[in-house]
Amino acid sequence: MTTILNPNKSLSVNPLKMSQPLGAALAFLGLRKMMPLFHGSQGCTAFAKVVLVRHFRESIPLSTTAMTEVSTILGGEDNVEQAILTILEKYQPQIIGLLTTGLTETRGDDMKRILKTFRDKHPELDSFPVVSVSTPDYKGSLQDGYTAAVESIVAADYGNVPDDEPPTVGMKPQVTVLCASHLSPGDVEELKTVIEGFGISPIMVPDLSRSLDGHLEDDYHTVTTGGTSLTQLKQLNRSCLTLAIGESMRKAATILQERFGTKYKVFPRLAGLDAVDSFLWELSQILTSRCDHHFPIVPNVPAHLQRQRRQLQDVILDTHFYFGGKKVALALEPDLLYQTAWLLTEMGANIQAAVTTTKSPILEDLPIDSVTIGDLEDLEELAVGSDLIITNSHGTSLAKRLKAPLYRMGYPIFDQLGLGQRCLVGYRGTMKFLFDVGNILLEEEAKHSPVALH
Amino acid sequence: MKLTKSKINDLLTQPGCEHNHNKEGQGKNKSCTQTANPGSAQGGCAFDGASIALVPITDAAHLVHGPIGCSGNSWNSRGSLSSGPMTYKMGFTTDLSENDIIFGGEKKLYKAIAQLIKKYNPAAVFVYSTCVTALIGDDLDAVCKAATNKYETPIIPVHSPGFVGSKNLGNRLGGEALLDHVVGTKEPEYTTAYDINLIGEYNVAGEMWGVLPLFKKAGIRVLAKITGDARYEEVCSAHRAKLNVMICSKALINMASAMKERYNIPYIEESFYGVQDMNRCLRNIAQFFGDQVLIERVEEIIEEETAKLDIALAPYRERLKGKRMVLYTGGVKSWSIVSAAQDLGMEVVATSTKKSTEEDKGRIKKLLGKDGIMLEKGSPEELLRVVQKTKADLLVAGGRNQYTALKAKIPFLDINQERHHPYAGYIGLVEMARELSEAVYSPIWTQVRKPSPWEIWQQEHESLLNLEAEGE
Repeated sequence: MTTILNPNKSLSVNPLKMSQPLGAALAFLGLRKMMPLFHGSQGCTAFAKVVLVRHFRESIPLSTTAMTEVSTILGGEDNVEQAILTILEKYQPQIIGLLTTGLTETRGDDMKRILKTFRDKHPELDSFPVVSVSTPDYKGSLQDGYTAAVESIVAADYGNVPDDEPPTVGMKPQVTVLCASHLSPGDVEELKTVIEGFGISPIMVPDLSRSLDGHLEDDYHTVTTGGTSLTQLKQLNRSCLTLAIGESMRKAATILQERFGTKYKVFPRLAGLDAVDSFLWELSQILTSRCDHHFPIVPNVPAHLQRQRRQLQDVILDTHFYFGGKKVALALEPDLLYQTAWLLTEMGANIQAAVTTTKSPILEDLPIDSVTIGDLEDLEELAVGSDLIITNSHGTSLAKRLKAPLYRMGYPIFDQLGLGQRCLVGYRGTMKFLFDVGNILLEEEAKHSPVALH
Repeated sequence: MKLTKSKINDLLTQPGCEHNHNKEGQGKNKSCTQTANPGSAQGGCAFDGASIALVPITDAAHLVHGPIGCSGNSWNSRGSLSSGPMTYKMGFTTDLSENDIIFGGEKKLYKAIAQLIKKYNPAAVFVYSTCVTALIGDDLDAVCKAATNKYETPIIPVHSPGFVGSKNLGNRLGGEALLDHVVGTKEPEYTTAYDINLIGEYNVAGEMWGVLPLFKKAGIRVLAKITGDARYEEVCSAHRAKLNVMICSKALINMASAMKERYNIPYIEESFYGVQDMNRCLRNIAQFFGDQVLIERVEEIIEEETAKLDIALAPYRERLKGKRMVLYTGGVKSWSIVSAAQDLGMEVVATSTKKSTEEDKGRIKKLLGKDGIMLEKGSPEELLRVVQKTKADLLVAGGRNQYTALKAKIPFLDINQERHHPYAGYIGLVEMARELSEAVYSPIWTQVRKPSPWEIWQQEHESLLNLEAEGE
């Protein structure tokens, strides 16, 4: 069992952690025609926007209740009301994600009451969904905010599609897939394709693959153009199973179970041969379990995935030379840390150091003796002598100081292209990771080889 | 400095800022004191503005006293460059937790300062208050004072809670911190007859480095840069300059006017963008000192530089001649870039006046002529409408509008904080010309605008398909 060290320093140096509101906004951006609304001062929104714009290189719809000194003293009720009405008029979203910040949480705005008053005052907006979530900056991190937003999204009542209306997805079995914050738009896209390959219809919650993947639309939009649609949210009750990808999605899965009786399975990671194997096996069982026992059908894993599996096995063979015995230092959010640390360990690498942002039960099960909840200063101390460092773009200068190569993961990555589509899960994504990292390690080995290569 | 309402009002109604006059030059225009509109407000807060103004002091540590959102989401995101120390690039924060908020954050702040000084030994520490620490009433001044006495390092409180106002107000709050705690605390090693301060130039993308050699050549000494690539000590001795040269609008006008009052240093407002403006800047400074030798030397430099520039720009002038630009940016750049573009033979068909002063607007009017459009408001939709209406060839704006343009398949050039290449000075103009030309003439535009073969087929056969459908 891994020991969790929480030094709780007075001074955080080069923070790894980003704030809950930013994470919640990211989750909200995975809903279609969405406008996330920060209840706080302007800067909270502006900073989050800059981070997301630089990371994804996309325009990012975010808005603010623009709290001032006066409204901070008197309470933000009017600001919330005015903001919602202005957004509805100006941007015509189909859904608003309302999140709090350090400022409004500290002053103690009662969001339930504020929203209730708003509802009473505006009966004409009865059916308009406002999903509200509490995300104070002074607790947790991006992953926690993201997780809290997903929980609010699945807990909200959007009204159901009437039972007699046939499902829009045909007669295929439907599953709900809860996607944690370690999944990029490219990861979500890959997952969706894999699941559809089994003849199953997935509802991805949230679905970043169509909102932050980077694509051109015919005209200009001020809200998200893709993501989980309201119609899909209304049909969550029809899913036969919830697949929670990432340990942090467990509670959201239990919410769905309580609401609709939907059973769930948690997959803490989806990279690495074993992890992907068991995920695909689970998918193959969904159809099988619906068959008559007397006439069982053979679990049918699509041919292209079977082929990818053989490719991955070959990639593992080819790349393992460069991973074996290498010391890797990681500073990532818990879910991503878990997935990456285990994949590296399975390749023969040693995790020299692990730093993360926030508490999570998954941290107890890492392939290293202790994990530090800390910042990049901690990483810099722990990573001395590492062969590779894996963290976000803020790690650039520390990697230089430690003379170790950096592989960028997490948020924010502002000095690299293509993050909207980068996929690091499934067989395909695992191969991509092994090639990327393998090439870095290979190059390092060549650099430090005592015999000059000719 | 305690943050009182009257102090903030003072900053918002600086007499030197024409924002505060109506068209007749008297009375008050409300634009600075207007509060942000919930739901439609965009842009940064006062904390954001204060850090923009102060973080470029490179050998100082910048410690954010607040929860993680303020520092965690913002550190390491500005392109202000340093020629030496890198302390300013580190993210320092007290990262307040719920407990700190309940029991107060002063002790944690004091400990954080102590650790910071011990481990990183900065020239000074700027401590920024944020919404939350202002709200729980942490006494920033007292903690900073106590720590200054104990550790013999200047520790400067910056009262910048986000909720007091906009980024612009934040710039001025940063300036106030410098006025109250930094400027005048140290004497320069030596002075010259031609000492100036540059105020409001942050060395984004190294822009200042394109201009400093010109001053040096002319024999004008830049005593303090406030604050691009500055060292803490030079700002301390800024009070011995003979002239303040304000760059980039009126963001730090409170510094210029207070230094005039306290140290009798006059100020002028100049721009480094475009040949005309760069020439004027050098000439105005020389004129101010009134030294004939200096004036002549400046004329020589101008002649030499413009001759070099004409050769360097010739190919670009040819390519850019008559190209139409929509400009959307704030303050001084709303007219200085116009003049830079016109130097290149381009036509500016519209520009923003949202953050411009009355004086700025006058200049814009003169530069644009009667057909030029002045944009008071600039929603993305409005910008696209204007681009379409004017048949503009490109949009030049800040990073926030980058995707407005790109998604609409319009060539774009980033003119603000986040850009990576310097446009200031004579050298900068060549860079800007090169990038404008790259933007307009990139081979990608035909590709991204091109419909797919099947869409073309569909269009061509539309009538045929319609007929068929009717026939059925």
